[in-house]
Amino acid sequence: MTATSDREQMAYVSSQAADARVNVELDTGDMTLNIGPQHPATHGTLRIACQLDGEQVVVAEPIMGYMHRGYEKLCEVRTYPQCTTLINRIDWLGSFANEVPFILAAERLMEVEAPPRAQWIRTILFELSRVANLALFLGDMGVQIGALTPVFFAFRDRERVLNQIEEVTGGRFHPNFDRIGGLKDDIPKGWIEETHSVMVKMRTFCDEMEDLLVGNEIFQARCRGVGVIPPEVALGYGLSGANLRASGVDWDLRRDANPGLAWDQVDWRVWTHPDGDSFARYWVRLQETREATHIIDQLLDGIPSGPIMAKVPRIIKVPAGEAYLSTENPLGEMGYYIVSKGDLGPFRVKIRTPSFNNISIVPWVMKGVYVPDVITILGSLYFILGDIDR
Amino acid sequence: MTDETSTEESVLPDEKREALLAELSESLAENLVESHLRPHEDVWLRVTAESWQDSIRTVKSTGFDYFGFLSAIDWDIAPEGRYEDTEFDSGLDEEDDEPVEIDKSTGYGGGASRFQILAQFYSLSRQVGLILKTDVGEDMTIDTIRDVFSGADWHEREAHEMFGISFRGHPTLQPLYLPTEFEGHPLRKDFPLLARHVKPWPGVVDIEEIPEHLEAQLEAEVMAAFEANGGAS
Repeated sequence: MTATSDREQMAYVSSQAADARVNVELDTGDMTLNIGPQHPATHGTLRIACQLDGEQVVVAEPIMGYMHRGYEKLCEVRTYPQCTTLINRIDWLGSFANEVPFILAAERLMEVEAPPRAQWIRTILFELSRVANLALFLGDMGVQIGALTPVFFAFRDRERVLNQIEEVTGGRFHPNFDRIGGLKDDIPKGWIEETHSVMVKMRTFCDEMEDLLVGNEIFQARCRGVGVIPPEVALGYGLSGANLRASGVDWDLRRDANPGLAWDQVDWRVWTHPDGDSFARYWVRLQETREATHIIDQLLDGIPSGPIMAKVPRIIKVPAGEAYLSTENPLGEMGYYIVSKGDLGPFRVKIRTPSFNNISIVPWVMKGVYVPDVITILGSLYFILGDIDR
Repeated sequence: MTDETSTEESVLPDEKREALLAELSESLAENLVESHLRPHEDVWLRVTAESWQDSIRTVKSTGFDYFGFLSAIDWDIAPEGRYEDTEFDSGLDEEDDEPVEIDKSTGYGGGASRFQILAQFYSLSRQVGLILKTDVGEDMTIDTIRDVFSGADWHEREAHEMFGISFRGHPTLQPLYLPTEFEGHPLRKDFPLLARHVKPWPGVVDIEEIPEHLEAQLEAEVMAAFEANGGAS
């Protein structure tokens, strides 16, 4: 609210001055300020060229491409199993979640369905990567605003989740564990109990973040009313994930378009916030992290027995056809549009990443904000550069 | 097992999408060229290029107010790209010396041109997605839809630099990813992937064929492990 009232005050002062025919405003002219490419708020290398008028942003133009790796082109010359190696590296904080929609889309084209046990373990790993990803956001948002402690908590506790992922998949960041028709391996012995205890710790972490940041007066002053996105604008820009839900839109692909994973087997809820500001986005992600730990707890107790791999041919040829499949990833809707011509590899893959849409709203939302708020908004929109540039 | 369940599912009529298709066929009228429905998956509609913007408006007013993505497909089979290393990739079918079959089909909803634009939308109230396609003519130009969905702005810029498609009415079609001096359109099928020219792709070993005399033995081992796993836990 501060931003608006300050601006109103300025308008009032200048109108008074105009009446008195005294020019109190100095000529500020246009100044260009570069934010990034190496700013920590950018999670990678994103440059934002801001044109300033005094302390206010007139035009903010994100400039990306520093990390463009051409995955859509590279997928065209690889086989389906080889594509997952690339796909892991799109959103590197929640890698496993990237693989799932691609594999599911290929499975849909092949008309193969993974056995229930595989679907449950997939869902657990999916939610674990959500917790790992969002935990870092919860701490990192503090750093953007000037609170250094939360991020150390986040790195400490995220490590526990990464250890659990590593124990199953062998990889902390890039599991490459999902296969067409199921999973590479089953979960190891004792893993379920360990994960339960980690989930308890993650809930404590969420409580700590709630105490440290959500209840913090400075944090609220910096976040409330900053970067407000109304729901109809959010829909038009195709915002997804917590950014959409923080604008009050009750839409979650896990509930509304479940592609067959185990989310409909457990009891959970979708969190929304009516405000649409930076604070709401933080709050929604905090609740989602907590909700994810509950989802994992319930799933862990109910893993069905059975094989983890459906019968699939050794050499995977996907029948001709097209499929678009998306899931609710930590950052938002991640989808793959696969065009197959019956080959070993896809003919064309369109990767619909959440961050690309989420960050395309920046020129709109940054018009007229103050320079420090630029960082708050960037931090709260939460994007991963690999997810924008692909 | 899995085959049975999937066929059972596809037998069930998808009333939600069928009703949607009927409704949209009516409202789009002569703008609609072809449609395709995969039950419980998606609906594809192909509209005429002239009516692209109007069709999107119609679809938006039908309740599809959530913009997913916009992109393009190059249906050309070019010497570059996938078919370039045919001798590596089709190593499996070495016995039959046939040349790689060139498939000129153009996916769901059909198509008459090399390039197609596709866009995906959701209707939150109906909880259903929709994919719209249109052909891009010889002039490689199509109307922009950024006035209808602001989010299409960047997607159109991306399609412009990657495929060379112009969007009529888009004010800032400057490159998004590529440096300004970059020449060519990387996602076109005739754009060479230089990495494949420099050295052969090592990934082909991944799909090496098992010698015939070992195949039966391996299959038995895999099946034994499969059964054991299924029974045990």
